[in-house]
Amino acid sequence: MSTLEIRDLHVSVAIADGEEKQILRGGVDLTVKAGETHAIMGPNGSGKSTLAYSIAGHPKYRITSGSVTLDGEDLLSMTVDERARAGMFLAMQYPVEVPGVSVSNFLRTAATAVRGEAPKLRTWIKEVKEAMERLEVDSAFAERNVNEGFSGGEKKRHEILQLELLKPKIAILDETDSGLDIDALRVVSDGVNRVSETGEVGVLLITHYTRILRYVKPDFVHVFVGGKIVEEGGSELADRLESEGYVRYTKAAV
Amino acid sequence: MTTTTADARSQPGAGAPPATRSAALTSYDVADFSVPTMRDEDWRFTPLSRLAGLHDGSFVASGTPVKRSVAELPSGVRIENVGRDDKRIGTALVPFDRISAQAYTSFTEAFVLSVDKDIQVETPVVVDVGGGDLDGASFAHTVVDIGAGSEVTVVLDHTGPAVLADNVEVLVGDNAKLILVSVQDFDSGSVHLQHQRLKLGRDARITHISVSLGGDVVRQFTTVDYTGRGGDAQALGIYFADGGQHLEHRQLVDHSVPDCRSNVVYRGALQGKDAHTVWIGDVLIRPEATGTDTYEINRNLVLTEGARADSVPNLEIQTGEVVGAGHASATGRFDDEQLFYLMSRGITAENARRLVVRGFFAELIGRIPVEELRDRITATVEARLAEAGA
Repeated sequence: MSTLEIRDLHVSVAIADGEEKQILRGGVDLTVKAGETHAIMGPNGSGKSTLAYSIAGHPKYRITSGSVTLDGEDLLSMTVDERARAGMFLAMQYPVEVPGVSVSNFLRTAATAVRGEAPKLRTWIKEVKEAMERLEVDSAFAERNVNEGFSGGEKKRHEILQLELLKPKIAILDETDSGLDIDALRVVSDGVNRVSETGEVGVLLITHYTRILRYVKPDFVHVFVGGKIVEEGGSELADRLESEGYVRYTKAAV
Repeated sequence: MTTTTADARSQPGAGAPPATRSAALTSYDVADFSVPTMRDEDWRFTPLSRLAGLHDGSFVASGTPVKRSVAELPSGVRIENVGRDDKRIGTALVPFDRISAQAYTSFTEAFVLSVDKDIQVETPVVVDVGGGDLDGASFAHTVVDIGAGSEVTVVLDHTGPAVLADNVEVLVGDNAKLILVSVQDFDSGSVHLQHQRLKLGRDARITHISVSLGGDVVRQFTTVDYTGRGGDAQALGIYFADGGQHLEHRQLVDHSVPDCRSNVVYRGALQGKDAHTVWIGDVLIRPEATGTDTYEINRNLVLTEGARADSVPNLEIQTGEVVGAGHASATGRFDDEQLFYLMSRGITAENARRLVVRGFFAELIGRIPVEELRDRITATVEARLAEAGA
């Protein structure tokens, strides 16, 4: 059973001219275990995405102190690809286009990297085909270039397709629900639930809205404001946020 | 820094109209041309100080001439070294710039590769061009003459050291079909300035694939002429400039005959400090060339800081009755966000770069009908990526 532990995280982000801005100031302690689903909720600009990207190792973010470990191993000393091979996955809010690289080539290269060996071709093709059918994506999708000309919904389905195929230990989903229509939201949520129901993946769902929580039931809800967790609870906390919004916290934070 | 000139017309002075260039002086006499300067439109991107004096007559004349050899000669294909008086010389090409004229007046023997009429040559004819040196300039002349109705693949494989200026005349007979692959992979320190002129007969088809990898300065000018209806030219290019290399490709597709087609697709990757590529694509559709169908596109992939890609398409249309005419140019960076995305899926930085570059070139490399050559190009590209990543 895998465990992600985040302790006392301080993160700054590079802004123009070599200057840095402190985003996370140490108020983040979080433990995510395989089989659990955690929702991190907060208003825009609260540092939710900073948390996601700094754990994944984006070069723009610098961790000034604190620790992040996966099963006791120090993630922060690893390169971005090493973190992924250790079992981390980040579904991005804005997946980037990679011209010239087809989805099928990309998926196979990623699966080979994460699994440590190339998947056997016959079972792999079947695996991809089934995953694509579950996410209701057209088979022609595989021959398109990664994220190039994808609609918002297609990009997110593609992220969840990777999640299903790469089978990480811990999956961080950054605003996966944003920009989705109701049908795509259902399809994407079903994908997250399938992964989570295996009991082998810990899910950290970062969201601004409570909408996705109608489909994906979190075990824990953490309210994130001003770069720190200000309240924690069960799924009932999400219901309360739905009716009250973040005003209560943002006022207190100021 | 990266620069893209997407459309010459949006940049004053960025390109002389193709009509002007096609009407420019042609002469066999070097003295008829003034010495190129950076102020000349055709030379403003070229590092004249690195041309070993090939452009202004100051070259050292003691270079070892390159040798042309063919390991395996299929039946129906002949190779000859002929004197300057051979009547096939000058049938397609008259020099239109000083370096081309210098090469024309300075070569001693021309290499002629000819293919009989109405035959299908299954085996690619690979011409090894090499054996030169860096001690002085050398000049050469090549004629490729494909008989009417024949089909053949020819490879001009330029390797080794050389300081070379040369002209290549290519005659594709009526109904003939030629795939011509020209590989510029000279050793570092080499300078290669070449003019290739392709002359197509009625319903003749050519797929011209230019691959530039090695050499300090490579400047290749490819001209396409049509002499009868139904001519079809696919002009494809692959180039990869490493730090300090200057790779320049210019084309002039001169549609002077009705109902012909052209399709120009050049793709280049750049990495390292002062890697510089230039692509100038001129297409002229003359008033009489009704029914022309043409498209040209150049794409560049800048892999690191410090490399520069210049790209200028010029399309001049002098008749309203065309089937299609378009151009495009795009220069993109392989950036930190793409790298992060791929690495966040477990892919190493080196493999990420390889994946992107391989994908970028795959379609064009796939058009080369010689497996060993495809493998060699892929291996060269990947070795360079590995070096840069190390």
